[in-house]
Parts: sequence; C-alpha cells; structure tokens
Amino acid sequence: MDLDFNPEEQTFRDDVRRFLDTELPADIRDRMRRDDASRIRDDIVRWQQILHAKGWGAPGWPVEFGGTGWSKTQQYIFENECALADAPAQLAFGIKMVAPVIMRYGSAEQQQRFLPRILAAQDWWCQGYSETGSGSDLASLKMKAEREGDEYVLNGHKVWNTLGQFADWIFCLVRTDPSAKPQKGISFLLIDMKTPGISVRPTRLLDGTFEVNEIRFDNVRVPVSNRVGEENLGWTYAKFLLGHERTNIAGIGFFKRELLRLKQDAAGVLKDGRSLLEDPAFGNKIAQVEIELTALEVTNMRVIFAEAAKQAPGPEASMLKIRGTEIMQRISELQVELLGPAALAYRPDDDGSRATAAYLNLRKLSIFGGSNEIQRNIIAHMILGL
Amino acid sequence: MDFSFTDEQQMLLDTTRRFIAEGYSFEHRNRVRASAEGWSREVWAQLAELGLLAINIPEEDGGIGAGPVGTLLVGNAIGEGMLLEPFWSSAVVATHAIVSLGSAEQKSEWLPRLAGGETIAVLAHDEASTRFDAMTIETRATPRGEGWELSGRKSAVYHAPAADLLLVSARVGEEWGLFAVPADASGVMLSAYATVDEQRAGDVVFEKVALAAGSRLGGDARLSLQAVLDYGLAALCAEAFGAMDRILAATISYSRSRVQFGAPIGSFQALQHRMAEMLMHLEQARSMSYLAASRCTDPDPATRSAALSAAKTLMGQAARYIGQQAVQLHGGMGMTDELDVSHYFKRLLAFELRCGTTDQHLEKYRRQLRAA
Repeated sequence: MDLDFNPEEQTFRDDVRRFLDTELPADIRDRMRRDDASRIRDDIVRWQQILHAKGWGAPGWPVEFGGTGWSKTQQYIFENECALADAPAQLAFGIKMVAPVIMRYGSAEQQQRFLPRILAAQDWWCQGYSETGSGSDLASLKMKAEREGDEYVLNGHKVWNTLGQFADWIFCLVRTDPSAKPQKGISFLLIDMKTPGISVRPTRLLDGTFEVNEIRFDNVRVPVSNRVGEENLGWTYAKFLLGHERTNIAGIGFFKRELLRLKQDAAGVLKDGRSLLEDPAFGNKIAQVEIELTALEVTNMRVIFAEAAKQAPGPEASMLKIRGTEIMQRISELQVELLGPAALAYRPDDDGSRATAAYLNLRKLSIFGGSNEIQRNIIAHMILGL
Repeated sequence: MDFSFTDEQQMLLDTTRRFIAEGYSFEHRNRVRASAEGWSREVWAQLAELGLLAINIPEEDGGIGAGPVGTLLVGNAIGEGMLLEPFWSSAVVATHAIVSLGSAEQKSEWLPRLAGGETIAVLAHDEASTRFDAMTIETRATPRGEGWELSGRKSAVYHAPAADLLLVSARVGEEWGLFAVPADASGVMLSAYATVDEQRAGDVVFEKVALAAGSRLGGDARLSLQAVLDYGLAALCAEAFGAMDRILAATISYSRSRVQFGAPIGSFQALQHRMAEMLMHLEQARSMSYLAASRCTDPDPATRSAALSAAKTLMGQAARYIGQQAVQLHGGMGMTDELDVSHYFKRLLAFELRCGTTDQHLEKYRRQLRAA
C-alpha cells in the first residue's frame, strides 16, 4: 500500500504543472478565479484548442481516437492540477459524455464525423435528457421520435440543458416505442441544433444567471443515421454514460482550490484580535470539512485504483458523488458564513458577491447527475444488495 | 499510488481471521469475558504461537517486522473479533516503545519475552489530572542514588491488571523520560476495573517507587513517545474499522431477515438510505485508517500529527454514527446483551474516547490549519 504518487506519476504531475504555468492564458485564469462566466464559451473553446494542440485534448480517450491514452491515475492528476491552476473545466458534454458513447456504441462513420470535431472544439455539445415530467424517473421521458422513412420526426421538449445556448449539437434520449416498457422504448439521437423546429429558451436561475435552458422540438426531422446504436436500446447507452458522469463529478482538485480560498479568506478576517481561521468555532468548521475532503481524496484514489482493473465505473461512483457534493456545498456555505451580513448586498457581477452567487448556484450539485437521493438508492441496491 | 497488499500482509490478515473464526467465536468471547481475569492466557499463547505478538518486532531483533500496514490488517481482524486480550497494549504499543526507545540490552531482555507472550507490557501515559491531554503529564522521576524515584498517577491504563511490566512516562527535570517499572514493584498501587467495552484496565498510583539506573529507556522521550502514541493510534483506528465493518454487516443482514408489515425492513427506503449513509461513513473511515497507517511512521511530527488527528476525528464520528444506527436498526434486539451488536457498539464508544477524543483531535487539527 502506498498513498503517494510514484516517481513516474510525480514526473507527470510536474509536467502538467509546467504546462499550466506557461500555457494557460492569464485572462482566462483570472476570469475563472473570479467565477466570471461572461465569456465562458470563448474561454472553454480557446483552452480546449490549446490542450488539443498539445495533444492533451481528451485525457480519457484511447490513442486511436486522438486521446492521450493516459491511465486513470494520470487523468486524475491532470484534472486536479487543472482545477488547482484555475483552468476552465473541459466541456464534459462532448469529451466525457457523448464521446465515450459514440466510441463504444456508435458507427465508424459517426466516430469519424464527430470525435475529431469534439477534440478540436469545433462542435459545442449539450445534453437532452430531463423533461418537465421526467427528472429522477428519467425512463418515463416522453419526447416523441416517430419514424418516417429514413428520418425521425421529433416532438416534445427537454429541460436543464446546461450551456445549451451555445450548442451546435445535442444528444437526446427520445421515445421511439411508446408501447414498450419505459426502459425498452428509448433511443439515443445526435441532433444538429440548426435543424428547423428547435427553439432554445434560457431558464433564469436563483443566482440570476442563465446557465440552463429549455429546448423545444416541433416537427424536427433527424436522419436515422444520427441514431447511436440500435433503436430502443438508448437506455443501456444512457446508463453507461451516467456511470462516466458520476466518476467525473467528485472533482477533488476543484474542492481543494475552494477550500484553500476559504482558508485564505478566513485568515484575512479579524475577530477579537485573531483571524477567523484561528477562531475555535469557525476554525473547527473549516477543520471538519478539510478532514472530510482528506478522506474523500483517499477514497477517490481507491476507486480509481480499483477501476483501473475494470471497464466501467461501479456503484462506488455514487458514494463519491454524494460525499463530494456535500463537501463542496459545505465549503460554499462556510464562504457565505464568513461574509456574514456582507453577503446581503447581492451584485452577481461583483467579486464581493462571488461566494454568495456560488452558494446559490452550487445547490445544483446534489440535484444534477442523479440526485443524491437517487444515488443512495443505487448504493442500497447495488452495494448493500437491498 | 497503490492500494494492494503484499502476500505476507494478506497472509497476516488471513491467519488472524482464521484464528478468530476457529477459536474466538462470540460464544467463546462471552466465556472469556465472564472469567476472573477477563481475558484468556490460552488465547494469548496461541497468538504468540501464530507469531502475531512479534509483528511489531523488527526482523533483526527476531520478529516479523510487519510494520504499520501489517499491523493495520491484523488490527482489522482483532476489531472484527473484539478480542479481549492485551494485543494492542502489549504487542503494538509497548513493543513499539521498547523497539523505538530501548537500548540493545533492554531489547534483548524484553523483546523475546514479549514475542513469546511470557511478558505482558503496557504503556502507562495518560493522566486524568491533565484531562488526558497526551502532551501534558505530571508524573515525575527524580534521580535517587544510582537510580530513580518515580511518583505520580496514571489513568485508564488498558490491560494494566494483566501487565508484568509498566512503561511509565514521567517528567525528568525539563525532559520527559520513559521508565520500565515491574508491576509488582514496591509503591505501585493498582485499582483495576472493567472498561465500558468489556476490557480490563486500571488507574495506577506510583508512590516513591525506587527504580534501578537501567530502568530508563532512551533519553528525552518527548518526541519519541509522541511517535509511539501516533503508531498506537493508527493501530487502534484499524481495530475500530474492523468493528465498524462487522456491525454494519450485521445490520444489513438483520434488515434482510427481519420482517415487519409483511416485508423485510431492508426494503423500506428510509432504512435503505440510513444504511447507505452508514456505508459511506464506513468507506471514508477505511480511507482514514489507510492514511493513519501510511503516515504514522512519517519522520515529520507535523505530518504525522495532522494525518492522525484527521483520522481519529473522522473515524470517531463514523464510529458514533454507525454504532448508533446499528443499534437503532436492530430495534429492541440492538439493546440486548445477547447479540454481538451491543458489544461492537460499546467497543466503538471506547474507541471514541481512547487516545484522544474526537473533540481533542479536531481541536488539534484546527491548530495546524494554514492558509497556504
């Protein structure tokens, strides 16, 4: 047993750090540090192009598709270092979500058509899963796809499409067989957002931002060749994808960065002649969350180590998702507690409201990607065998 | 990064587990518990026979030298079996203290006897007068003739009634010293009791105990004693993990077989989520037991201390949550002496209180927080 990175892993980490030091544009780093999303599309695209030029555009992909071929441990190191350096997170919808599905279940033609464009940030992807009546019970989704010759005709809507306002493409779960059992009648489609009949309406969120959208489909015609895999087997592909999504959600590097900010901020606030970092009441809260994050970091490494031997992520990913999101939400709570009544003045575009806006926004963490209650169901069923 | 165990380490775990499965059933443990001494000399001899009392003795001193990871795995099994014998006190802490601080002569005198189970040694360090703050002691040793005179009080010394040899920490002027005191020395007074987790312990008073010159182990023992305490804490975490693992397994199994309202209670979502939560506490605790084992021999005291305080805090909280919920989910049966659940529960309570409480370690961890 060895909890430390071995010499090769340390060398790799140093390489990543050096790259981030020299190649991450200062203006992007600065905006990320301030949670400034005003140019988020450009920032993500530009950073992806830089990564791609280096050959690091897709840390999780095999070499044959233009990926790095890195081990799980290397991917973990890379993501942590990127987060710690305030790099923008890569757009997960393309690289981490639809791409693995296309690689695993897509046709050779789909792979050639879509994967290189994802890698080079030429296509911006979003996800079309949830509907108004289908959240946790995703398999009940109703958006219709009726076959007409070599096309599907789509009618219905999708909600919570994160950053869908910038999207060139959307991957959707649609109902192709209304008479089958819910999980059996779903197909997985790739849809060009420029197709006539698609309309995007941003949803204003509690923090005042427009991060998610509602997308309507009125008689949208999609070639059958844009279906991934077989008709009515979309649920299988979706489950494969959800496993991927959860493993990626823990985000240890991001949590560490935010915890460090919390400590730095606390060290700068004086109360009774000492900083809030040294204040027993507030300091103990920080100590508690740092301890839990330390444990999660080891747990995450254990899962990666175990996964390296297997193919798909196991139900342990649910555990990482729950504890990771709880820890991040706790950190964001403490950032607001640190501000105290100063958090009342709310100016979303101002640095002073960064913590408050983050607190509001990050309530999403325990809701998206399969709510934490759904994750507990998964743990009970898969791990505990209940 | 590697979470695998070597064949030797795995064999230690298998050996200990097999011994418990074959020779230390819950029923057997009940008989040992009810005996006058409260632990079994026969079992102790078997542990010696299996080599388990020698795992913390380096190979060059005739032991197995299994180190913290071997101790972690053996500790897991001991926690699973809730052994009542002085394994942690003698074969981990006291043995490690003699290995770390003892002279060649002291080692050759005691280590073979500790490995063979003929001598039981315990570390007497904590004092109630300082509210069990491990870094404060009031017991004092003063030079007297060629040797020393020792006076003070040690509290809640696990397995003191079983000990032949007490390793006593004491202030020596500005220094700390560690002294080997025969349990039957004149001026040593033991008040023995059973602990809440059914082990045996005692408060020990040292009243002008005369000690020979060769009874001191090493020089200023402050730093090396801290290292011994850290090593012991990691091993105690390993035992606690074993107990948590078993009490959760018992709870899951019970929830599958206990039928109410016409269905196994494990089919109810409220209880499923509770057990999912217990499992997450357990897995985080497992990670911390690994961290404790990995860092407990780190040469840097600050690194060691931060890791161990983090581990004890999180594992103490996990022990409380898992223990309480296990009793709750067993309903009335969880309250009985008959099931092993209540005994694991008490073992976990003792874990929370030993080697620094959860609050003490959280506080210790907070004091080293840095904004960098």
